Amino acid sequence: MKHTLVALAVLGLGASAVQAQEVVKLGTAAPLTGTQSHLGKDIENGVRLAIEEYNAKGVTLGGKKVKFEVQAEDDQADPKTATTVAQRLVDSGVKGVIGHLNSGASIPASRIYNEGGIPQVSPASTNPKLTQQNFKATFRTIANDVQQGLAIGKYAATKLGTKIALIDDRTAYGQGLADEVEKAVKASGGKLVAREFTSDKATDFLSILTRIKAQSPDVIVYSGMDTQAGPMLKQIKQLGLNVKFITGDGGCTGEVIKLAGDAITGNTFCTQPGLPLDKMPGGKNFNERFKKRFNADVQIYAPYAYDATSAIIEAMKAANSSDPAKYAASIGKVNFPGVIGTVAFDAKGDIKDGAVTVYQFKAGKWEAAQ
Amino acid sequence: METLLQQTVNGLVVGSVYALVALGYTMVYGILGLINFAHGDVLMIGALVALEAIRLIQLYAPDLGLIPTLLGGLGVSVIVCMALGYTIERTAYRRLRNAPRLAPLITAIGVSFLLQTLAMIIWGRNYHTFPQLVSTTPLEPVAGVFITPVQIAILVVSATLMVALLLLVNKTRLGRAMRATAENHKVASLMGVDTNKIIAATFIIGSALAAVAGVMFSSNYGIAHYAMGFMPGLKAFTAAVLGGIGNLGGAMLGGLLLGLVESIGAGYIEDMSFGFLNSSYQDIFAFVILGIVLIFRPTGLLGERVADRA
Repeated sequence: MKHTLVALAVLGLGASAVQAQEVVKLGTAAPLTGTQSHLGKDIENGVRLAIEEYNAKGVTLGGKKVKFEVQAEDDQADPKTATTVAQRLVDSGVKGVIGHLNSGASIPASRIYNEGGIPQVSPASTNPKLTQQNFKATFRTIANDVQQGLAIGKYAATKLGTKIALIDDRTAYGQGLADEVEKAVKASGGKLVAREFTSDKATDFLSILTRIKAQSPDVIVYSGMDTQAGPMLKQIKQLGLNVKFITGDGGCTGEVIKLAGDAITGNTFCTQPGLPLDKMPGGKNFNERFKKRFNADVQIYAPYAYDATSAIIEAMKAANSSDPAKYAASIGKVNFPGVIGTVAFDAKGDIKDGAVTVYQFKAGKWEAAQ
Repeated sequence: METLLQQTVNGLVVGSVYALVALGYTMVYGILGLINFAHGDVLMIGALVALEAIRLIQLYAPDLGLIPTLLGGLGVSVIVCMALGYTIERTAYRRLRNAPRLAPLITAIGVSFLLQTLAMIIWGRNYHTFPQLVSTTPLEPVAGVFITPVQIAILVVSATLMVALLLLVNKTRLGRAMRATAENHKVASLMGVDTNKIIAATFIIGSALAAVAGVMFSSNYGIAHYAMGFMPGLKAFTAAVLGGIGNLGGAMLGGLLLGLVESIGAGYIEDMSFGFLNSSYQDIFAFVILGIVLIFRPTGLLGERVADRA
């Protein structure tokens, strides 16, 4: 009996000797397999880079030197899998999570993190709902669809013309985005001459377009997905409507270029939350470090994941603790220069002044517009 | 006025596709009293098979002109759909011909799911770009109305097919046998009509029309995908009921009328309801009309012309 106690004591000593450097685990979850795996890996790499750089610099929390480690999980871009991996992350004792990519995965997972008391910072999910659930520690480093809608409306009304026609597909995404567009158009001095509706399964838009045509607008804003935007562009041309066309990130894809064929011109615009890498304050330098470490190009989200990780670690430093119960409140108060610009959150947990970029169709692809 | 004319043209084009599909529903109903819910999916298979055939033709015979390529694709798709229509009738409906009416209705829904899932496995979930071999660039506007060559082709082809079908049913031996089977297939078979053959022929003709409608639909909008048959199928079924299911002329009238009502309804619903309703309600317009017609004429506008079966 005595021997065992001694042995235990020795073991305990040994363990604490190893733990002179405390390990803090951070989780990241994104699709690492399937069609969006390149974007998921982008997020994971952004997190890794941030953690390795903090480890190299050395972080001390509560008088103890800490070492950060990553636990990466694959949510397969699937809401159900997302909740499973979220539970796994909570159970394995991570102190914070950077993820997920898709809004459809982030939102169900956020409830599990909230119940587990684990802060979550999404680098990619734009659905406004994510931060509207009154969870204390749900944040995002990318602009949401409200900010995107405002940007579309403002751009349409100030840069493209004054008479605006607005069409949405009556989905949660399309309708939500369109409501923000409408507000922004009015705030920017534009005139909303028509507001029409379709569905996310429709293929024929001739009757609403004919109605819009009678109001002779300068710009048509479509708030919906690429599978409708493509045929819609064709039918705009078919009716001899000479207008500018702008759509949100749902129509900012290669698919819309394919489906619209020769009906897509330089008069076609779209928006994406976030900035292109070369327009980010720390973009160039980040790109070099990223390339050196992973021998891969930044896809889209790595800078947002990097800054999301930094936000968590900076909050831990401010609270001088890696205990989620202690540092969670500090995330909302961080304010530091990140790769994407100043990282600070509003009361809901959305990034302040989230950037949205307008793209224009040029020579067969989308290019950032001036 | 320009807007009204343009909406009329839009409505006629959509309506003639509905009419062509509605004919398939109404023919089968007239003869079997069965609503063939898989009919919309035959349209989808028609479009996707034509897409595949056109791709192959463009690959192996790139010098063939635009119209011959389209006709080639159309031909292949019509033949495949005729075979498909026959197979559906033979496997899913014939055995259930004397079963209670609900049984073949359920197999019809089953066949619809089966075709959609098969198409999803073969062609994937994505939208495909359908080659628009007839131009979609609008012609010089007449009285402010824009119309494209492909829309004109749709109007001409459907009008021709409808006239041909009326001639077939009313003037030929096959047509007479079809009418006899519709009236009473037991008595028709006593009179020497091979009713199995006639019913198969009905499915084959209906499926061929669906294939043509599918190719026209895809040529007009430039897209094709595995779930595209659902909406036109539903609308065409509505059109058939509106005109009087079982009645060929009724299906044509119902289709055109539904197209017009939808198009003009979507265009003017907001003004007509003083801003209370808007274009998100465009689909209810068609169903309101359907409801009103059925209240006053329960057998549809032209009524079921088939004699009472009692």
